[in-house]
Amino acid sequence: MYLGQPLTRAGRWTRAGITSGPAALWLGIFLVLPLAAILAISFLTRGEYGGVELRFTFDSYKRLAGFGELGFDSLYPVVLGRSLALGMATAVLCLAAALPLAFFIARLSERYKGAALTLVVIPFWTNLLIRTYAWQILFSPNSWLTIAAHSLGIGTAGEALYPGMLAVLTGMVCDFLPFMVLPLYASVEKMDWTLAEAAADLGADRWRVFRHALLPQIWPGLGAGFILVFLPATGQFVIPDLLGGAKTAMLGNVIQQQFASSRDWPFGSAIAAVALLLVLVGLAIFQRKGSKHEVLP
Amino acid sequence: MQGERHLEPQECSVPLAVEVVSLLRQFGSVVALSGVSLEIRKGEFFSLLGPSGCGKTTLLRVIAGLDLPDGGLIKISGRDASEIPAHRRPVNTVFQSYALFPHLTVSDNIAFGLRMKKIAAAEIADRVQRVLALMQITELATRKPAQLSGGQKQRVALARALVNEPEVLLLDEPLGALDLQLRRQLQVELHQLQRKLGITFIMVTHDQEEALVMSDRIAVMNAGKIEQLGSAREIYERPRTRFVAQFIGQCNLFKADVRPTNNGDILARTELGEFSVSNVSKDPTRPGSFVAIRPEKIQLLGGATCGVKNSFTAHIEGFTYCGAETRYRLLAGQQTVNVVVMNREASAVFQPGETVQCLLPAEHLILLDA
Repeated sequence: MYLGQPLTRAGRWTRAGITSGPAALWLGIFLVLPLAAILAISFLTRGEYGGVELRFTFDSYKRLAGFGELGFDSLYPVVLGRSLALGMATAVLCLAAALPLAFFIARLSERYKGAALTLVVIPFWTNLLIRTYAWQILFSPNSWLTIAAHSLGIGTAGEALYPGMLAVLTGMVCDFLPFMVLPLYASVEKMDWTLAEAAADLGADRWRVFRHALLPQIWPGLGAGFILVFLPATGQFVIPDLLGGAKTAMLGNVIQQQFASSRDWPFGSAIAAVALLLVLVGLAIFQRKGSKHEVLP
Repeated sequence: MQGERHLEPQECSVPLAVEVVSLLRQFGSVVALSGVSLEIRKGEFFSLLGPSGCGKTTLLRVIAGLDLPDGGLIKISGRDASEIPAHRRPVNTVFQSYALFPHLTVSDNIAFGLRMKKIAAAEIADRVQRVLALMQITELATRKPAQLSGGQKQRVALARALVNEPEVLLLDEPLGALDLQLRRQLQVELHQLQRKLGITFIMVTHDQEEALVMSDRIAVMNAGKIEQLGSAREIYERPRTRFVAQFIGQCNLFKADVRPTNNGDILARTELGEFSVSNVSKDPTRPGSFVAIRPEKIQLLGGATCGVKNSFTAHIEGFTYCGAETRYRLLAGQQTVNVVVMNREASAVFQPGETVQCLLPAEHLILLDA
C-alpha cells in the first residue's frame, strides 16, 4: 500500500489499524486492563479467605485515610507520606549529584566521555541486593567508611551508620543516580553554549546565566530524570528495608503485604490506586511548571 | 611610548572607544593573537577583516570579555577593562549565530539585558517598543525565534544589543548567514543605523566587500597580527603587504629589483621590463621586492606598440564576460596577468590570441615587501 496517496474513509481506518493497532493492543492488554482491574478491585469487599466479593464499598479508601474499624489510625497516611517523601528526597539528592556530573561529563573530551558514562552505568548492571548488602558492610560499626564518617562528626561514635536515614538515602541515590545522569547528560550534551555567552554579554551574572540561558535548555532532561527517579523511588522498599532496619513500612512493602500475607486485595489495590493518583498529580504540577520553560526546537 | 602618543594634538582630539595594547592569546600551540595593539575611535564603524583563523573573532571576544587574554591591556572608554567581567562591560555583542533565547518571545529577548540591569518595567516596555520600531520589527514582538526568518533574527539580535545603548557594539560576522540580496540590503541599513545612532561599531568579517562598503576604518588581520590599518580606500589602493594586496581584491604581482632614481621616483626592474613607480608612501624604508597593480588599473593598447614607457607586450589567453566589465587573462612571458576592462562598447574589444600592449600607470604601481 502506498502510504502517500489520498485515502477513502475506510482506507484511513485500515491504515490507522495497521499502524497503531499493535501498540494499542499491547497497551490495552498490559496497561489499561490491569489498571482497570486494580481500580475495580479497590472498590470491592475482601473475601473471607482471600480473593474478593462483588460488593461495592469505600471501606478500603476509608481505612487508607486513617478511618478504619478501630477508630482513627494515622499509620497508612503516614506510610503514604513517608514513601512520597523518600521518593522526593531521592529525586532531589540525585538531581543535586547528577547536575554537576552531567556538566562535567559533557565537557570531557570525546575519549573520556564514553568511559565516564560507562562508570555511571556500571552500578546499574550490578544486582540491587548485592549492592545494598555492600552498603550494609560499608556502614557497619568498624568499617573504614563509618570510622571516617565519625571522624567528620557524622553519626555517633561507636555506632553503625546503618540502620538509619543516611544509609537509606545513600543506597537510594546509588541505585537511582544513572536514571538522572543519563537524561540530564543528553540535554547538556546538545546545549547551545553561545546562549550562555549571550546572556553574560547582556549583563547576566553566573547564577542568572544558569537560570535564564542554561536551565531552560536542560529542562526537558531534568524533567525526564526526575520522573524516572521519583516514580520507582516512591515504590522502592528493598533498600529502606535492608538499610533502614526493616522497622519502617513503606508503600511498596505495605502493598506487597496486602496481597501476600494479609490477603486483602481491595486494600492493596486502594493503596496502589491512591499512590498512582498522587504521583500523577505531582507530575501534572511539574509539567505545568515546566511548560513555561519549554524549549522550541 | 603611550605618553608620547598623547602629546600629538590630533590623537588627543578624538576620544577612544576601545584601546588594546599588545594583546596575547594562545589556544594550546595555536597563537590567536600575537601582540595586537589597536585604537578604535568613538563613533566610528571599525572592521576586523581577515581569513578564518586569523584571530579576528578572538579579538572581538576579548573585547567583549567572553575570552580572557594571556597578556596585554584592554581599555574601554579610557577605563582599564581587563578585570571587568563580561556582564559588567559597557559593550554588547551581535553573535554570528544570533544566539536568541529560543524559549523567549522577541520582545522578551530584547528586554533581557534591561531586565538583568533591574530597570523599571515601564521603562523597559518603552525602550523595547522604541527599538522594535527602529528596527521595523514591531509586528514580530510576540513571536518566538523559531518562527523568524534569517533576516528577521538578525534584526532581533541587533535590537537586543542596541536596546542596552552600549558604548561599543560588537558584531561577529553579522550578515554571514544571509543570502546575497539580503546581505547587500542590510549592509546599507547597518551603515545608516550606525550613522544615526553614533555608537561605535566593531565588526568582524571575512567578506572584503562588506568591510569596504561599511567601514570607516579597517584592520586587516593575518595569523594573529594586524597587517594593515586604514580607510577602505587606503587599504585597497595602497596595500602595504603582499597579504593585504592579495586578500583585498585581485592583484597582479611582479618580482622586482627596486632602486631609487635621481628625480625621486623609484625604478622597479622586473622580468617584463623596467617600470617607474611614482606614488610611493612617505617612508620606503624597506624597499619591496615586489611591484603590484590592480587588474582594473592596467590599460590595454591594441597591437604591439614598442617604446611606450611603463608597458609590456602580452597575449590575450581568454576572457570572461561579467556584464559591467570583462576580465581578461593575459600571458606575458611566463607570467599570467589579469586585467579588468569596463564594457563601454557592446562587443568585445580584444580576442584570444591577440597581442596587446599593457600600460602600467606609474601612480598605480605599488611596492610590496617580499
